[in-house]
Amino acid sequence: MTKYEQLEMAIPAKPEYVAIARLTVSGVANRMGYTYDEIEDIKIAVSEACANAVQHAYEENEEGSMTLTCNVYPNDRLEVIVKDSGVTFDKDSVKRQSSPITENHDLDSLHEGGLGILMIEALMDRVTIEKANGVTVHMTKYMNRDEVGQSASKVSTTPSQ
Amino acid sequence: MDLNIRQEQLEGQTHIYVAGEIDTYTAPKLRQELVPAVEAGDVVVHLDEVHYMDSTGLGVFVGALKAAKKNETSFTLIGVSERIRRLFEITGLSSIITIDNGVRGGAQ
Repeated sequence: MTKYEQLEMAIPAKPEYVAIARLTVSGVANRMGYTYDEIEDIKIAVSEACANAVQHAYEENEEGSMTLTCNVYPNDRLEVIVKDSGVTFDKDSVKRQSSPITENHDLDSLHEGGLGILMIEALMDRVTIEKANGVTVHMTKYMNRDEVGQSASKVSTTPSQ
Repeated sequence: MDLNIRQEQLEGQTHIYVAGEIDTYTAPKLRQELVPAVEAGDVVVHLDEVHYMDSTGLGVFVGALKAAKKNETSFTLIGVSERIRRLFEITGLSSIITIDNGVRGGAQ
């Protein structure tokens, strides 16, 4: 097993703290040497996971917290784990847009908040979501494995998802 | 880490200039300004100064689009950076929301 270094943070599950989570991870990713585009991808994915924790798990008006963990594998990958301690909820109750929207999509069926998981899956290399005693989103971004877009000025293409 | 929103009436359209970060914290503020404007008439949203946006921002635009359809008004995004455009493409929203290619930040 590759050795890794771990950072862990407990953050109030409130909207105003989501930016703190993404800026923290952005700092870690920057230090590891990710490109600008990769860092932006990671920031969005972390925000999505945290926003999910804030919105869904605490719908019951509970004051809770979420745990942000970064596992740093130098020169290889970054694992980010966002865990909330909210109530376990029915898997099917996760408002989720599981596939990209198409032109003929029925607008009324579109959940305004359901795009987060889709984005995490598109922006990170490996994603698992566990639902037991709250929700844990485990996501990994590898280094130097992006197809072509190594330069920040490169026009990125739509991933084939 | 804040969001500034400015409105301007121009040739019968409401122009909304958004600057800052659109996330789960700031999105409600944008929704509050955007939805009533779309209900009242045609709206152009300028995103040139948006440095960060995630799916909560997309959610606000989906809401605005629904309001526009309901009230038979138009809703257009302009000044969308490559980064933000990519989010619309990943989610497929680019196929249902009008994104004007016109203005784009100069140096690429």
